[in-house]
Amino acid sequence: MSETAAVADRPTNTLAGNAGEKAVEKVAEKAVEKAPKKASDKPRVVFERPHALTDVVTNYCPGCSHGIIQRLVAETLDELGIEGSTIGVCPVGCSVTAYNFYACDMAQAAHGRAPAVATGIKRALPESIVFTYQGDGDLASIGMAETVHAATRGEKITVIFINNAIYGMTGGQMAPTSLPGQVTQTSPYGRSVEEAGYPIRVCEMLATLDGVALAQRVTVDSPKAVRATKRAIKKAFQYQVEGLGFTIIEVLSTCPTNWGLTPADSFAWLEENMVPYYPLGVYRDAKAEAAAREGVL
Amino acid sequence: MAEKVLMKGNEALAEAAIRAGCRHFFGYPITPQTEVAAYMAKRLPKIGGVYLQAESEVAAINMVYGAAAAGVRVMTSSSSPGISLKGEGISYLIGADLPALIINVQRGGPGLGGIQPSQADYWMATRATGHGDGHVLVFAPSTVQEMANLAALAFELGDRYRAPVMILADGLLGQMMEPVELPEPLTEADLPPKPWAIDGHKNQRAHNTVNSLFLVAQELEDSITSRWVRYEQIKASEQRAETYRTEDAEYVIVAYGAASRIARSAVNTAREQGIKAGLIRPITLWPFPVDAIEASIERTAAYLVTEFSMGQMVEDVRLTVNGRRPVNFFAHTGGVVPTPDEVVEALRRMQAGESVHIVPVHSKLTGGYR
Repeated sequence: MSETAAVADRPTNTLAGNAGEKAVEKVAEKAVEKAPKKASDKPRVVFERPHALTDVVTNYCPGCSHGIIQRLVAETLDELGIEGSTIGVCPVGCSVTAYNFYACDMAQAAHGRAPAVATGIKRALPESIVFTYQGDGDLASIGMAETVHAATRGEKITVIFINNAIYGMTGGQMAPTSLPGQVTQTSPYGRSVEEAGYPIRVCEMLATLDGVALAQRVTVDSPKAVRATKRAIKKAFQYQVEGLGFTIIEVLSTCPTNWGLTPADSFAWLEENMVPYYPLGVYRDAKAEAAAREGVL
Repeated sequence: MAEKVLMKGNEALAEAAIRAGCRHFFGYPITPQTEVAAYMAKRLPKIGGVYLQAESEVAAINMVYGAAAAGVRVMTSSSSPGISLKGEGISYLIGADLPALIINVQRGGPGLGGIQPSQADYWMATRATGHGDGHVLVFAPSTVQEMANLAALAFELGDRYRAPVMILADGLLGQMMEPVELPEPLTEADLPPKPWAIDGHKNQRAHNTVNSLFLVAQELEDSITSRWVRYEQIKASEQRAETYRTEDAEYVIVAYGAASRIARSAVNTAREQGIKAGLIRPITLWPFPVDAIEASIERTAAYLVTEFSMGQMVEDVRLTVNGRRPVNFFAHTGGVVPTPDEVVEALRRMQAGESVHIVPVHSKLTGGYR
C-alpha cells in the first residue's frame, strides 16, 4: 500500500547535518544582532527548508551533490506555487527513495522507466506538472528508449538528469557517461573505448529532436553554478507550465564515495574532467529560438 | 434490453472497456491483438480519451503504471511475446497495488513462436506474470459476449481489490464474430473514488506515494502478507466457472477459453454415443475455480483436461483433485487446434478404462499418439 507522510507541522530552520545547522545558527545570530533589540522581535528566518521537501533525513552520502539539486527542484515548486499540482517520479538509483523526500505526490518507477511512468501520469492528468529525477544509468542506459521517445513525443514533462559518470547506488560501476579511462568497479583498468565505447552526451543528442522545448546542461560545483542551475530548473518547470514540450536539465554532479575523492576534490575532478567532455550550455531552447526567429522577421 | 450487434471478439472487448470507463490505452503493435489497439485508436480520441502507441511493450506497461497511479481506468493489450516484456511492469503494478487491465491474446511460443491460437501462457498468467510474490486476477472468456462482460468485470474487480487483472484470450476468440449485447456505459459518477491516487494533493491532504520498495525486510513481509489477505478474499469470493451437462456426468472435461468450445461439442457428441460426459469451464484461472471441481468429484469417474498447450492448467486440476480421481490429458500445441472428434476419442478410451495422456509427439518419433 502507498505510504503517506505528513506535510504539516514541518519545523523550519532545520537542515540535515550538524555543519548546516551551525551555519544557520550563525547567520541567524547575526541577523538578530543587526535587528533592533525589542523583546517582541522574533529572530528573522533567513534560511529554511522548502515547503516541497519533507522533514526526512536523506540517504545520500556525505558530500554528495544530490541534496543540492533536490533542494533546487523543491525551491522551484515553492516559488512557482505548484507543489499541490505536481507529481514526481523517482528512479532506481541513489534517489530511489525520493518519494519520501518530496512533499508533492510521488511515484516510484522501475529502472529506466520514469519517462514512461511520467507519460502515463501526464496523459491521465494533463493539467498536472510532472517531473522525473533520474541518474545516468537509469536515464542513459536501461531507460534510453523511454528517454528518447518521451523527448521526441514532446511529452510535457520535466526531466532532472543527474550525471555523475558512475552507478552510485550499486557501488560504483561504469555508467554510460563514465569518461574514457575512468576507473570504476567494472572498468578496473579504466574505461576502454575499444571495449566499452564512448560516453553519451545526452543533451546534444536530445537537442536534435523537435519535441524538445529545453535541453540544458549545468553543474553545481560553485555557488554561482548552483544559482545558474536553479534558474535552469525553474525555466524548465516554467516551460512545462506553459505547455511547451519536453524539458531536460542535465546536472553534472559528484559521487565522492565511489569516485574515492573528498567532496572538494570531487568538484575539482568534475571541473577538470567532466566539463570538457560535457560542455555546459543550452543545447535547445525552442521558446528562445522562436523568439529569435520572430525578431529576425 | 440492449440491441445485439455482430462484432469481433477483440472489438467487443475494446468497446466494453470504454463503456466501463476506460479512457486510456497504451500499447504496441503485435499480432493477433491488432483489432483491440486499432479500435481504441479510432474511438478514444473522439471521446476525450488517450490512445498512445508506445515505443515498446516495456514503455506501454509503465505508462499504464503511471496512469493507474494517477487514478484512471487504464488498459494495455498485447500477445504472448509482448506480455513477457510487460512482465516487469506487471510486477510493479502488483507491488504498488495498482489496478489495470492487461489483455493477452495468446499466440504460440516460446520465442517468436507462431501467430495461431494457443493457451501456452497459462503458467505465465497464473504463476509468474513477473518477479516476486504476487498474483494478477486472470479471466478466460470463451465467447465474444464474454470478452465484453469480462472486460467490464475486470475494471470493477481491479478497483475493488487494487490488483491488476489479465484477460487471457486467444487468436480464435479475438478474430471470431458473434452477436454481442454490450454493457451499458458507466458515467463518471459510477466510478469508485481512489483516495490513494497520486493526482496532486492540491494542498488539501498529505502527499500520496505509489511505491513497491521496502528496504526493511519486515516491512516488505508485512506489505506482501497484507496483499495476501486480499488474495484470500478473492479466492473466497471471485471464483467463476460454468458447468455444462455435469449433473449426471461420469466423465468431466475441464477446459477454458477456445478449447472449451471444442470440449462442449465433444460432450454433445459423446452423449450421442452413450458416454455420460460433462464440462467444467473455468472462467477465472486465478483464482482457480477449485470449488466447482470439488463439487463434482463425488459423482465423477475420471477427468479429462484439454488445452492448447503441452499441459499447464492440468496441474491445477491435479492439485485440486489431489489423487482422488484419475486426471487424463489431451492436447495440441503450437497453434494446432484439436478437433471435437479427437476429444471424443479420448473420452471413449477413458470409458474403456484406459489412462489417457495424449500429447503431440514429434513426427520423427514412433510409438506416441498424434
